Amino acid sequence: MKRSKRFEILDQRPVNKDGYINEWPEMGFVAMDSPYDPKPSVRVENGKIVELDGKEQEDFDFLDQFIADYAINTDRAESSMAMSSLEIARKIVDIDTPRKDVLRIISGITPAKMKEVINQLNVVEMMMGMQKMRARKKPGNQAHITNLKDDPVQIAADAAEGALRGFAEEETTMGVARYAPLDAMGLLIGSQAGRPGVLTQCSAEEATELELGIRGLTTYAETLSVYGTEKVFIDGDDTPYSKAFLNSAYASRGLKVRFTSGSGSEVLMGSSEKKSMLYLECRCLYVTKGAGSQGIQNGSVSCIGIPGAVPAGIREVLGENLVAALLGLECASSNDQSFSNSDMRRTARTMLEFLPGTDFIFSGYAAEPNYDNMFAGSNFDAEDFDDYNVFQRDMQVDGGLRPVKEADVIAVRNKAARAVQAVFRQLGLAEVTDEQVEAITYAHGSRDTLPRDVAADLMSAEDVMKRGITGVDVVRALAETGFTDLAENVLAMLEQRVIGDYMQTAAILDKNFKVMSGVNTPNDYLGPGTGYRLEGERWEEIKRIPHRINPMDI
Amino acid sequence: MQISEELVRQIAEAVVRQMKAQNTQDGLDLTPSGNVKNTLLDLPDAAAVRKQVRELASGLGEDDIPSMAGRTRINERKTDYSSYPKAEKGTDPKEVVIGVGAAFQREIKKTIGGIPLEEVLRNVKAGIEEEGMVPRVVKILDTSDVGFMALESAKLAGSGIGIGIQSKGTTVISQKDLYPLSNLELFPQAPLMTPETYRHIGKNAAKYVKGETVTPVPSVNDPMVRPKYQVKAAIMHIAETEQLSPELGIIEWRDQ
Repeated sequence: MKRSKRFEILDQRPVNKDGYINEWPEMGFVAMDSPYDPKPSVRVENGKIVELDGKEQEDFDFLDQFIADYAINTDRAESSMAMSSLEIARKIVDIDTPRKDVLRIISGITPAKMKEVINQLNVVEMMMGMQKMRARKKPGNQAHITNLKDDPVQIAADAAEGALRGFAEEETTMGVARYAPLDAMGLLIGSQAGRPGVLTQCSAEEATELELGIRGLTTYAETLSVYGTEKVFIDGDDTPYSKAFLNSAYASRGLKVRFTSGSGSEVLMGSSEKKSMLYLECRCLYVTKGAGSQGIQNGSVSCIGIPGAVPAGIREVLGENLVAALLGLECASSNDQSFSNSDMRRTARTMLEFLPGTDFIFSGYAAEPNYDNMFAGSNFDAEDFDDYNVFQRDMQVDGGLRPVKEADVIAVRNKAARAVQAVFRQLGLAEVTDEQVEAITYAHGSRDTLPRDVAADLMSAEDVMKRGITGVDVVRALAETGFTDLAENVLAMLEQRVIGDYMQTAAILDKNFKVMSGVNTPNDYLGPGTGYRLEGERWEEIKRIPHRINPMDI
Repeated sequence: MQISEELVRQIAEAVVRQMKAQNTQDGLDLTPSGNVKNTLLDLPDAAAVRKQVRELASGLGEDDIPSMAGRTRINERKTDYSSYPKAEKGTDPKEVVIGVGAAFQREIKKTIGGIPLEEVLRNVKAGIEEEGMVPRVVKILDTSDVGFMALESAKLAGSGIGIGIQSKGTTVISQKDLYPLSNLELFPQAPLMTPETYRHIGKNAAKYVKGETVTPVPSVNDPMVRPKYQVKAAIMHIAETEQLSPELGIIEWRDQ
């Protein structure tokens, strides 16, 4: 066939480099509704659920049993299930029905019913639902802080800058897993140099992550993964019960925790049981709620290429974020993984959470260039900071970030890097040279920094674990090396573990370490004139983007 | 949308009804019997019906991508490994075990990035041998999770060091005493792997055996791997997983 020049151009467009596939329910490649999804049903006998979504108790798998026992309010089950899915969907959107009333209704419905309710909503209605159902009044944002070299000093500098730019939480992970203790320390110190009160976590193998948390080298945890089918759970050597136990282990030490789930994981692992992605994600979220977690990171997360490949997949992703909010969970709504070669497509996808606002719009905005993002790339990165600030200004929407001055960024990056240098020296860990501090202060990414002695770093990392170094040792080292304010900030973060208020749903801390959560600052949106409004000082701050015309210069 | 038998039937009935109405109007009746159900079942070419159904369903004419709906496997055939010797625990302290995926060199011949699997194996083995250690290859039939593949390989190895390689190319180096989801080195972005990376992996695995201080293979990262390859990765993983025979556990995979 002689080729059309227009089609040749279109074929080269970035959007056509993305992967797409037909719906294939038998393999789980179906977003919202599979013909194999169960029909909603419930039967309560003597206060126990004995039938769930078409299954009798003797046929329950361990997810069904866990959900029946812990995730559904049996007092509400029969009355909520008697309402039509359409009626419930309308209450979610209705500005005259308060969030509390919706939460009460939803507390009695089953996962299959939830899937049916979400199927009634188009994306604009879902966004209206999210605006009302988000737990915390004010939306927030989370950063990924990583680099290709796993360099803890660069992590500290990027964490400081990220904190200054407005992120309320910062998460790191490693290319080489054994770097975890050093990178967790870099993140903890750096975050407090940028803005006091920023929470930090280190995504690692679960036992390591727990140990870092217990030692106070991190201040929250997120990587407690749950799945929608029994087979995938078992493959990960887990059950809902083991996750609930792990959750309690964190709680016992006063650490904030959220779970992680997301559509597409069961498809990728080849065990979707022919169910829709939305139905399986509903099961994950019920398990999360049943396990007593205050929140979830979801929205497909690292599997976004799967829902992104099928029809209505991105509608499904917003749908699953909304399910989390409907269950009363804190929702860190993904947008954290590279998803499209097309700038238009990746931006459009993020607007679905950006516009209504979620507890954390990104559960990892790459606060470094994407080549340094060790979660294999985020949907937005450091090179998009100004675009994002302009979105906030254009639409008067609070996306959780703010414009910053170059000199301020350089100052906090330098302080963070010097503090890590001092702490490592004080604790007898791997050396950080002045040249490294200098390079990292002014760096964009790891291509601008000096190489580290990886073997020496890994020996230091092992040493941190062996010697039992804790957050208190970090505080002491900071105090002894003259970083008194940072010592106080890190100590204040450790004190939160004793106070415990930041374990409440959707909690973040302001710069005075005051908790803002769904409990003390709940979302009270009820239509125009209510809820969170971007105004006052915060709006003035967002207006002040760096590249404005000064009329006096013309 | 799923093209189930029920849907095919419903739409075909509608088609036949339409044809009948049309034909009656034209003064012709081509349907020999009034039994729509039989008419459908008598149709010799199911593919033609499906095509027509799809055209009707989409209203957009023929779709040149075939629908897979209704199929429950990627490869209809499952390879039988029951005659292969079961892999034993090694005793040679120099031995590094390479555990390959269930579909390796059978249903899947190349990694997701297009490297022939023979070349992958040749390079990993060469890397191990260059450091004076001894490779042994097994095929893992009880899990397709690369973390567990590597850990099971490590537990079989006389040295306690193992390498798990999925057929799509994803690789993990593990050690027998590690937590299941931990690792010595992980190579999650299979499309970015080269034959040299596999050789380097073999060398590093051997160096862990020797107790040397090992500098990990430098990480590589391409944020656009996910949008481009994730669907393909899912299909390849399904093709691997459907070849599992958990009852056979792990088998020797010599001279392949």
